[in-house]
Amino acid sequence: METSIVKIEHLNKSFGNNIVLADMNLVVNKSENLVVLGKSGSGKSVLIKCLIGLLKPDDGNIILLGKDITKLNDDELNLLRKKVGFLFQSAALYDSMTVRENLEFPLRGEKAICKEEIDALVIEALRNVGLENAINKMPSELSGGMRKRVGLARTLILKPEIILYDEPTTGLDPITAKEISHLILDIQKKYNAAAIIITHDVECARITANRMIIIKEGKTLIEGTFKELSEDTDEWIHSFFQ
Amino acid sequence: MLEYYNTKQMEKSAILEQNDATENGFIKTLTDFFEGVSLLTKFTIRFFRQAFKPPFEFKEIIKQSYIIGYQSFPLVAITGFIMGLVITIQSRPTLVQFGAESWLPGMVAVSMIREIAPVITALIFAGKVGSGIGAELASMKVTEQIDAMEVSGINPFKYLVVTRILAATITLPMLSIIADAISLYGSYIGVNLKNDVSLRLFFLQAFQSLSFSDLFPSLFKTFFFGFSVGLIGCYKGYNCKKGTEGVGIAANSSVVFGSLAIFIIDMIAVQITSLLNC
Ligand SMILES: Nc1ncnc2c1ncn2[C@@H]1O[C@H](COP(=O)(O)OP(=O)(O)OP(=O)(O)O)[C@@H](O)[C@H]1O
Ligand SMILES: [Mg+2]
Repeated sequence: METSIVKIEHLNKSFGNNIVLADMNLVVNKSENLVVLGKSGSGKSVLIKCLIGLLKPDDGNIILLGKDITKLNDDELNLLRKKVGFLFQSAALYDSMTVRENLEFPLRGEKAICKEEIDALVIEALRNVGLENAINKMPSELSGGMRKRVGLARTLILKPEIILYDEPTTGLDPITAKEISHLILDIQKKYNAAAIIITHDVECARITANRMIIIKEGKTLIEGTFKELSEDTDEWIHSFFQ
Repeated sequence: MLEYYNTKQMEKSAILEQNDATENGFIKTLTDFFEGVSLLTKFTIRFFRQAFKPPFEFKEIIKQSYIIGYQSFPLVAITGFIMGLVITIQSRPTLVQFGAESWLPGMVAVSMIREIAPVITALIFAGKVGSGIGAELASMKVTEQIDAMEVSGINPFKYLVVTRILAATITLPMLSIIADAISLYGSYIGVNLKNDVSLRLFFLQAFQSLSFSDLFPSLFKTFFFGFSVGLIGCYKGYNCKKGTEGVGIAANSSVVFGSLAIFIIDMIAVQITSLLNC
């Protein structure tokens, strides 16, 4: 049986002359938290956007949940995306909708569930991130940390098999950041989901990582557990952990 | 002497370079233009493909129509009223000179319904609704909300673009009919500033000079006005460049190109109707 949920092979992506990913390889196993570390602008967001099909790779294979996403048509891709959660760097809440409507949105078109079930799912997802009280608020009334959590609740509502976190703790105070990190850990246990966590936050990496990679110049520089990488003697790698 | 010659040479090459630059600039503008046209065409084709493919977003179309109509109704009503009133007051002296004052309702009705009300309504619509759609979609794009829809497996083109274009196409003709009616009422008030004409007589005179061939083409073209305003607003917003200044540019160019499209369509429409009428 195949245990890898994501398998990226020889991925290349450039924008004009700007080569962002060059021969990138990556594997995520079942119910594993993989933390991706890298300098700003090293192509971390581009990597997961390629993975979910928001950006088209120039070259390479991307196997997501057993399907090669570069070979799927739009309908098949949309079906696959329902099994993947994506937390945006900016949370990307729908400004014109309340928190409740934001959470209901991904459930549109699911014919099999009735109104009561949707309500229950919404409440459950909000409870998981500790924000039941905000259900009728507009996104503009929420703080940055609350927005991140609502964004997280929205990705959880479809019970994804893998969640992609783009800098879940950036822009938050250390305490809230720590809460979010623990939340990510809880979610892993509760949903038994795999995750790719992109972050600059060493504390977040320490809490959440089962395995880590560091990317540099468009490819994986080094791979290992948090302990292994933080004790690495290479100066450049070491500088991440200070 | 040699020095003089050299500077002359340099000036010459500078002028040549400048010529090159303007030529390149011109070519770039031209290619940009054709690129824009081809992208807009692709966008339009995509719209028609998606619009006829189930599932249909009826609820969202109705909601958008309601919002759009509700937003622009007061503006359309006020301008319609004022246009009717003003044109009546302005036309009276000329008609009085010819002793044709009794033609006033008919003349105003024809000019309002045939041309002025639809075009003014459409222009207001482009200013209010076109810019709104452009800015809304652009800010959704910039803040990654459109990407967020896409990753949750929902087709954002269908949910955002198709619904808004259809809503604009349906709503503008209705607003235009309302503007027609209100402008006639404005004209009635204008006539009554100097004369004493009953509402009944006024409308009798007005409708006597109107025929089906006045009403139908003017209504028909407003569908195209609405469609093009919606299409251009959506196109500009959906393809907005990253960054907050992209939102402003999208809103602005939605209005500019939307208004331009209205005049171009109007020109084509008038050619077609005059061909059909003779
Ligand atoms: N849509 C795009 N068009 C052109 N270039 C892009 C696009 N998206 C990203 N890039 C470029 O790709 C490079 C990597 O960007 P990316 O957003 O992946 O960085 P990142 O590693 O996520 O950085 P950060 O930690 O700051 O979020 C940057 O140089 C950026 O300019
Ligand atoms: Mg990023």
